[in-house]
Amino acid sequence: MASNGWFGRRSQFTQARASHGAAAIPDGVATKCVKCGEIIFTSDFEKNLKVCTHCGFHHKLSADERIRYTVDEDSFAPLHENLRSVDPLRFPDYQSKLDKGIAATGMHDGIRVGVASVHGVSVVLAVADFSFMAASMGSVAGEKIVRALEEGAARRAPVVIFTASGGARMQEGLLSLMQMAKTSAAAARLAAANIPYVVVMTDATMAGVLASYASLGDITLAEPGALIGFAGARVSAQASTQKAPEGYQTAEWQLLHGQIDQIVARKDLPDTLGSLLQMLGFSPEPTLDDLASEALTEADEEIAAIG
Amino acid sequence: MASLNVIEFEKSIAELDENLSKLRRIVMDQKHPQNTADLPDQLANLEQHRTAIIRAWFSNLTAWDQVLLARHEKRPYTLDYIGHMFTGFQELHGDRLYGDDGAIVAGFAKLDDMPIAIVGHQKGRDIKQRQHRNFGYARPEGYRKAGRIMKLAAKFGVPIVTLIDTPGAAADVSADERGISEAIARNMFDMATLPTPIVSVVIGEGGSGGALGIAVADRVLMLEHSVYSVIAPEGCAAILWRDPEKKADAAKALNLTATRAKELGVVDGVIAEPLGGAHRDWEAAAGSLKEALIENLAQLKDLTGDELVERRYQRFRAIGQFTEIEPIHLNGHASGDAA
Ligand SMILES: [Zn+2]
Repeated sequence: MASNGWFGRRSQFTQARASHGAAAIPDGVATKCVKCGEIIFTSDFEKNLKVCTHCGFHHKLSADERIRYTVDEDSFAPLHENLRSVDPLRFPDYQSKLDKGIAATGMHDGIRVGVASVHGVSVVLAVADFSFMAASMGSVAGEKIVRALEEGAARRAPVVIFTASGGARMQEGLLSLMQMAKTSAAAARLAAANIPYVVVMTDATMAGVLASYASLGDITLAEPGALIGFAGARVSAQASTQKAPEGYQTAEWQLLHGQIDQIVARKDLPDTLGSLLQMLGFSPEPTLDDLASEALTEADEEIAAIG
Repeated sequence: MASLNVIEFEKSIAELDENLSKLRRIVMDQKHPQNTADLPDQLANLEQHRTAIIRAWFSNLTAWDQVLLARHEKRPYTLDYIGHMFTGFQELHGDRLYGDDGAIVAGFAKLDDMPIAIVGHQKGRDIKQRQHRNFGYARPEGYRKAGRIMKLAAKFGVPIVTLIDTPGAAADVSADERGISEAIARNMFDMATLPTPIVSVVIGEGGSGGALGIAVADRVLMLEHSVYSVIAPEGCAAILWRDPEKKADAAKALNLTATRAKELGVVDGVIAEPLGGAHRDWEAAAGSLKEALIENLAQLKDLTGDELVERRYQRFRAIGQFTEIEPIHLNGHASGDAA
């Protein structure tokens, strides 16, 4: 389905769950920016795609919000929604954390996968939801990312992944660690199939996820101000002899150090993704309107020829 | 005894050993034949007893004991194993991009008559060496050097052996500046498609991504007293319980021992160490490791590059545990859990 552009989708916004990033003031009328502390009308905040109207900070999004803000209207069809984490190590408090994550997001785990179109280009999409246990990567997240990458190879459709994660999920121990190898191997397969893989790093993309599939995109974009780094601030400070530089582990700092192709504002992401995918040779699927007008033109030509 | 950890236990064994060797000297001197006629028997008895105590201790190690053993400062490191198992080691340096990391060594050597590419983390033994080796915390240029040598090996069909012994990858500002995350990710990506046999062995600490960055292999093995973990127990305890001192609880919860890693399907085999740990007998430890390498490489040698890559992919593809609950069907029948 062809996009009617960003402005066309804007009217589609429904009242989103106010569970992400910015703390909602009780009556929901106003929202406080987690970065600058400014109080913003929630309606303005949401119209602005949860980007602070004052300082421009890109707040975390739920998976559903991300999908709505990014893909062509109604084009998303979910896949593999039924995967659920188990507690293979009987790790202390893991089950209750999973239950909390499910309650907070309505998802079984921190990754949503599906097919969609962006500016009419069919893609396989994976989106992280940080409010599910910091979208940490356990068996389910790893499996869903692998299935997304495999789906892209099978459909010959570009894979777009919006990353966010605290890293590998401690509560599944080595099984989580191995998801780093598993997802990286799947990215290698997609690359061997010559299918584009685009990563969009969002706040926060860290540790085991940054050190695996998030760093393997053919093209790597990031949202402004996103926290992107290998180790958390405490560990990094312990390991460093130097003081953390200004802006350390922000998207802007990573751009400066050659790890990111482009920082893209949230409102521009659909256009940027659509444009890049088209330049890599992936054209928009024709819409019904396109097909109808094409048939009409052909019929006209035939009539003209007969006439 | 139960309140001792394995390092404290080793100290008391060392004291016992000192007394035993005094006794041994007396027996050998035979200066007091009348009074000490039964000494040789007593000595033999005590020696047996000593072995029994060590065996009992080592059959009942806690996860934290295993962590301490894996980090034991007298444990053989990569270059020690290379010295004992291989001949003609030619070390190759540098990533051609930035520098040469002392925390990862790489090169070619012969295992009996077979040329092998070797990549391994390297720790140091004295202060100067430890600094040079960055305490085994490998830096981006270490992973890129490793990647360079492994691709070179694949180009000429040379099998690869990697030895894992790191507390984790370097996590300081400079490592981030040079893309430590990308360096680790790229190695896993590349290793997944190298058309040559790869055997990885955790010989000491298998510290999360820093370990896995050179451990995407056809066969992954662990030495008996090595550990392999998603996070250091101290770090896990600090995050989960805001108390790094709960490291022993974290070690237990993380299931980081060789036995558990095997049960979880993460590693393919566990290599037995000499009684009391590899540090007590480097020669014997290297002997067992060499035997395991030869056996595993022999199993892989007849596979084509494509077969190796496909099996390696499926090996890692299969790791993970979850359930897949069927959606509720419109006719009202919900199907049950399917693992
Ligand atoms: Zn703000």
